Amino acid sequence: MQKIFSHPCSMIEDPLHYCPGCTHGIIHRLVAESIDELGIRERAVGVSSVGCSVCTYKYFRCDMFQASHGRAPAVATGAKRCRPELILFCYQGDGDLAAIGTSEIIHAANRGEKITCIFANNAVYGMTGGQMAPTTIPGQRTSTTPAGRRVSQDGFPLPMAEMLASLRTPGYVARVSMHAPSEIIRAKEIVRRAFLHQVEDRCFSFVECLSTCPTNWGLSPAESLKWIEREMLPYYPLGELKVPDGKTGDEDEHN
Amino acid sequence: MNTTDVLFAGFGGHGMLLAGKLLAQAAVNRGLQVSWLPAYGAEMRGGTANVTVCMSGSRVASPYIEHPASLVVMNTPSLLKYGPKVKKGGLIVINTTLAREPWTREDCPVLSLPAGDMAREVGAWKSTNLVLLGAWAGYTGVLSRDAIVETIEEQFSMKHAVMNANVAAFDTGFRQGATARPAPGMANEVDSRTLDRGNAHLDHRTAR
Amino acid sequence: MTRVLMKGNEAIAEAAIRAGCLHFFGYPITPQNEIPEYFSRRLPQVGGEYVQTESEVATSNMIFGAAGVGVRVMTSSSSPGISLMSEGISYLAGADLPVVIVNMMRAGPGLAGILPSQSDYAHATRGTAHGDFELTVLAPSSVQEAVDLTILSFQIAERYRVPVMLLGDGMIGQMMEPVEFPELEVGPPLAADDWALTGCRGREPRLVSSLYLDPVELNDKNYERYRRYALIRDKETRFDTYNCDGPYDVLLTAFGVMARVCMSAIDELAKEGIRVGLFRPITLNPFPEDACRSAIARAKRVLDVEMNMGQMLVDIRLAARGSHDIDFIGKCGGLTPSVEDVVERVRVHLAAIRAEER
Repeated sequence: MQKIFSHPCSMIEDPLHYCPGCTHGIIHRLVAESIDELGIRERAVGVSSVGCSVCTYKYFRCDMFQASHGRAPAVATGAKRCRPELILFCYQGDGDLAAIGTSEIIHAANRGEKITCIFANNAVYGMTGGQMAPTTIPGQRTSTTPAGRRVSQDGFPLPMAEMLASLRTPGYVARVSMHAPSEIIRAKEIVRRAFLHQVEDRCFSFVECLSTCPTNWGLSPAESLKWIEREMLPYYPLGELKVPDGKTGDEDEHN
Repeated sequence: MNTTDVLFAGFGGHGMLLAGKLLAQAAVNRGLQVSWLPAYGAEMRGGTANVTVCMSGSRVASPYIEHPASLVVMNTPSLLKYGPKVKKGGLIVINTTLAREPWTREDCPVLSLPAGDMAREVGAWKSTNLVLLGAWAGYTGVLSRDAIVETIEEQFSMKHAVMNANVAAFDTGFRQGATARPAPGMANEVDSRTLDRGNAHLDHRTAR
Repeated sequence: MTRVLMKGNEAIAEAAIRAGCLHFFGYPITPQNEIPEYFSRRLPQVGGEYVQTESEVATSNMIFGAAGVGVRVMTSSSSPGISLMSEGISYLAGADLPVVIVNMMRAGPGLAGILPSQSDYAHATRGTAHGDFELTVLAPSSVQEAVDLTILSFQIAERYRVPVMLLGDGMIGQMMEPVEFPELEVGPPLAADDWALTGCRGREPRLVSSLYLDPVELNDKNYERYRRYALIRDKETRFDTYNCDGPYDVLLTAFGVMARVCMSAIDELAKEGIRVGLFRPITLNPFPEDACRSAIARAKRVLDVEMNMGQMLVDIRLAARGSHDIDFIGKCGGLTPSVEDVVERVRVHLAAIRAEER
């Protein structure tokens, strides 16, 4: 009998610490499968961040850094510049990447660092207890916006992928979502492409992954998936926003 | 201690830091211990740029000198600021092309020369700094003409025109300084501070 | 060996390259800009990597990444920039990464001034950031010593797996003096085979981290680190004395360039037959406490001279253990206590000593 599905080699087999219904685990798996398929586990170095993803280093079966809050792209830059043969990936949440770490991600992208950044956006600070993030949706109640996010005070959700896609430096920028199996299958291909751009020494790559936080959203896992679709997609459209040759993979597929 | 120091002061662009560097390099080439300490910041914002060069046959202790043993000034603001700070008996070299107002100190030898005009006369209008360095060197005899000229040639070996202009400027200043120097036996304070005459590494002013 | 006339900043960069440091990350700030400028020129010639960063915060994390993959790396900055690096320095210490950080101090606090100062003694020697850790801090007083201590900084960093700070003032950085470099072109690469993240081919994956959620593990880790600090204290503590061979009534204490101002003052007073000693710590942390106490014990009066409000003064007092009142001359903002200031104050003490003796 042929084995057609198994645990990815690049992930440990222990249970993850994430809350029930959280889609971090799915994103982890997409990363691990991509590393497996590209055969790069033995030269991959991951950079875990601060927040719920702080323990990422426990789950990937490859060399790992644990970086300070928001600085994963700087750590990856330092490592990649000194050992370009390594494959560097950052795994960061939205508090980490889109608030305290905005400077590091923008400048890493703008220098065109050949690293791969996986950005889990669940519109809230998870680990610290559900405070407002720069990515929080207008009207969304959090522990620090009890009456809902007011754009007059807090601005609109920060569109990281669009911001990075606007840079002139060549790069690969995409946004995917975990809210439906079809989207996850599509996300898998995009995460793999992001790594491939680095493996082929082409450019910086960035994948924003819309993710759930049932605990802090106060929703069931199933409701959370619907919430992504209903509340997040209007602010965070999906797709490849930027590819290094100026055309999106979507265009290729449609043609 | 067989140590002396000189403060070169002027405005940014006057080349006083360069004059100091050429002197420092010449002293290094002759085996001396040297420090070259520029003043920057507040003074740079105020427009002045200056550098203190310390030279010693043995060791430079403090590179920071509040009261220099000699002063070479390009212009009036630098003269008014640093002239009063020179040690009693210390040499003050003034470029009267820019510092026109009469200025003197009773307790210091003052060597005034129109260095800017002299530089133009030898076709080196950008090299007023080198005329002044030459005058200081000619008067004090701390390093020989050859020691400094060799350094100028070395530093500008890629730019012959600049090198020649600088040497000409240095020489015209040097002659003026040497002429103004008190005869032997009338040695002043500056003389007593010239570097260790017994040290074989050092390079003495030859009799002329 | 040939003597080259060089600015302290450039000499430090060249010394680092000779020590085998081929990776530099930095952000511009006066008065240390010649360091990144020199690296940006030289590193491409020797196959190295230079990155101008977006901030000192990023810098400190880039050297974290570079050291973590097992290469010799350094950065340089000046006071306000070092404050921004504090975060990264704590993580570097927590992850036991060997790096060298140069701080060419300028006047503080805040944006303050760009003139030379020694205003970061306390910041450098008292941990520099959050958590239980120490920086090893070396303070050169000449351009040649800056070269020698740069090379030593890498050796200490790598021998004990600690971040090391070379603490200069703007004067050391901007001053030119003749220097000699070691003959070696480029030193051997960093030995990091047993801990660096180089890809897990043929071995178990590794982790470079300062995170310890288990309190017992973290407690043990910090004790292990402090045992290394104790080793540094035993084996690497360095100091210098001047004119301390014979008897002296007054002892001067100073570090960095200020020690040389004190030497000139001592020479000046020696002309009158007055004997004054100087104690100069070279490692500011670990502070050479025992040697300092011995030097103090032989003096009637002690005068500490610094370009700050009296930061090393605390360590001199601790070393004295109450045996002496420590007098202090300090100037800041870019001002420098002069030879004359020191001579004058020593005379006050000598007069007081004579009055006591009568």
